Amino acid sequence: MESSKHLIELVDISKDYNGDVALDHINLYINDGEFLTLLGPSGCGKTTMLRIIAGFITPSSGMLKMNGVDIAKVPPHKREINTVFQKYALFPHLNVFDNIAFGLKIKKTPKAQIKEKVEKMLKLVNLEGYEKRWIDQLSGGQQQRVAIARALVNEPKILLLDEPLGALDLKLRQEMQVELKRMQRQLGITFVYVTHDQEEALTMSDTIVVMKDGVIQQIGKPTDIYNEPKNPFVADFIGESNIVPGLMLEDYKVRMNGVVYRCVDAGFGKNVEVDAVVRPEDIDIVPPEKSKVSGTVASVVFMGVHYEICVDCGGYEWVVHTTDYAAVGSRVGIAIPPDAIHIMKKTRSNNIFDAEVWPGDGAIYIDDVAFPCDGLEAYENKEIAIVSIAPENVHLVAPQDAKLTGTVKACMFLGTHYEITVSCEENDWIAHSQDFMEDGEEVGILVDPDKMELTKKEDDESEETEKSESVTREE
Amino acid sequence: MKRKFFAYPYIVWMILFIAVPMLFIFYYAFNVDGTWTTERFLSTISDKDTWSVLWRSIVMAFETTAICLLLGYPIAYILSNMKKSVAGFISILFFVPMWMNFVLRTYAWSAIIEYAIPDLFHVENTLTDLPGGKTIAVLLVMVYDFLPFMIMPLYNTLSKMDKSLIEASRDLGADGLTTFLRVVLPLSVPGIVSGITMVFVPSITAFTVPELIGNGDYSLYGNKIEQAFKSGNISGYSVGSTLSIVLLILVIISTVIMNRFDKDKEGGSIL
Repeated sequence: MESSKHLIELVDISKDYNGDVALDHINLYINDGEFLTLLGPSGCGKTTMLRIIAGFITPSSGMLKMNGVDIAKVPPHKREINTVFQKYALFPHLNVFDNIAFGLKIKKTPKAQIKEKVEKMLKLVNLEGYEKRWIDQLSGGQQQRVAIARALVNEPKILLLDEPLGALDLKLRQEMQVELKRMQRQLGITFVYVTHDQEEALTMSDTIVVMKDGVIQQIGKPTDIYNEPKNPFVADFIGESNIVPGLMLEDYKVRMNGVVYRCVDAGFGKNVEVDAVVRPEDIDIVPPEKSKVSGTVASVVFMGVHYEICVDCGGYEWVVHTTDYAAVGSRVGIAIPPDAIHIMKKTRSNNIFDAEVWPGDGAIYIDDVAFPCDGLEAYENKEIAIVSIAPENVHLVAPQDAKLTGTVKACMFLGTHYEITVSCEENDWIAHSQDFMEDGEEVGILVDPDKMELTKKEDDESEETEKSESVTREE
Repeated sequence: MKRKFFAYPYIVWMILFIAVPMLFIFYYAFNVDGTWTTERFLSTISDKDTWSVLWRSIVMAFETTAICLLLGYPIAYILSNMKKSVAGFISILFFVPMWMNFVLRTYAWSAIIEYAIPDLFHVENTLTDLPGGKTIAVLLVMVYDFLPFMIMPLYNTLSKMDKSLIEASRDLGADGLTTFLRVVLPLSVPGIVSGITMVFVPSITAFTVPELIGNGDYSLYGNKIEQAFKSGNISGYSVGSTLSIVLLILVIISTVIMNRFDKDKEGGSIL
């Protein structure tokens, strides 16, 4: 490893707020001169990570290295890092010139040099002649440029950008994306960019880091992330996709929805359960007699460049993006070329919780709620055991029909069903459901007494080793 | 057009309680026994005593305001950085005395200075017996009375300040002190201005505190006006009105200056 290339290195960094984990053992390095994007839904820890690099948050554990030196405890004003804040945070009592010159004045740069540098920056961000304007006289886009200039004028080693384009309208945002990329190339400064907009990430980045719940899901080039997502979450988050549970019969052969397809992936073994991702734009609509799979068109939506067509193939609905029109109700064939199918290792997301066992009551307590449970003879009262519940055995019901209730945190379509994450008092539950559920919706949780697998809590090791399988970066 | 109707009560109010009293003041200042003259007015403002008392009042008001600002700013700053619930509780502690009767508070201080402290520490002379002690005692009580009026606007301004501006300043290389001087202080100018106005104006017109704390023989400008009106003859009304007009002009001038400070963006920071 040539560690000289690594400008910033996060070594096993964790951060929790009174027990709420925001970052969970993050390992990541950032190369000198690259445009790296932290991408994920809100609450995934991307902003926390950025603020740790900036110095506004001290990590609970781990090291933050810059050029090999640990800087986790260095205050922000002593770091050669500057930030473009989400809402710009421009100083309202200073004009454009003084805002940009703020950092230089603190460093006691000679006046003539300040003037020269500020003018150069204004030229870079296309705001020549705006020196004397007040911040409240500028449009959102102009304020954005001033914020970028104010940070860049200090010639930082790294520029951190916290969802800087979020407040701009679409057209302006696209313009700024191109311009940011141009500036980054021109100056050769490392950019670390935080966004929840996958399109933005794909357009601008050299490297994308996809995050969820404080854990890195995948690190890679935009094309790799798009074409070879490592798990259903990444596939679902980056672009639209059909995610289908499948069976890998042998190398280059996969069965999806009862149909065997040829594919280009190998090395999973024989008869292994997998998840397959097929991008909507890779599917072709053909006459029904020319394909082994056919179905009826359930809906057609015109999206500008293409149509989004949903084809119901008896139990499974394929989403197809095509420029050809197909009428609702008509019968069409579906053609999926081998290289359009991307096979992913099946992520076993079982519910594994600590439970308090009460054999006398014939129940176990999870999240402080009693669940009737079979086969408790081997346990003592109040013993803590590990319970494992498969997602398909978790029934989501109306809140008034269950003792345990929680709120829906995420809902992801997996081809035949939705995978729903429900956040309860202590634990996050994963359930499978046929119905879509809105984020924030209140639901009740029921589990059949015979569908809970209990194990004695003896070897804590096994759980730990399972978790430590973290995502690393490939050169 | 119909909405104008709602303004009528206010117009009546303003005529009755603002315009008419003002006219009375001008009437008493410039009218002696039914004839209009500037003689009384000129003789009052050419009295040396008028100006020496006015000067003493201005100095006292300045000192009160300055001490309130120096004490109030750090308190407001610390409060604004606390959790909202804690800050709310502590600021109530500051404001509870303010809801108590003003005269009652001042009497309490009088008792503390005159009886409690001498009794506790077994001293013969009270603070007000010492040379210059009355000035200090009056200043002390004025600061106590007016401090909440300084803290309140400062706390409002500071707690509404966007905390990301402070982060931005730190990010751009400024340490804590530089951030305070270059960002926090200039942005709190509106709070400082209204705090100064809210303390300076009542303290320059104060007459209860000097009256009660000074045991009747320490007078500020406010007392002079009071004495003039209480003298019981018509010439006293004339003197009192004249003194009031002088004070009014002074307050208008100081308010205009303070407002200039607030709005004058070209001048930038007060540094």
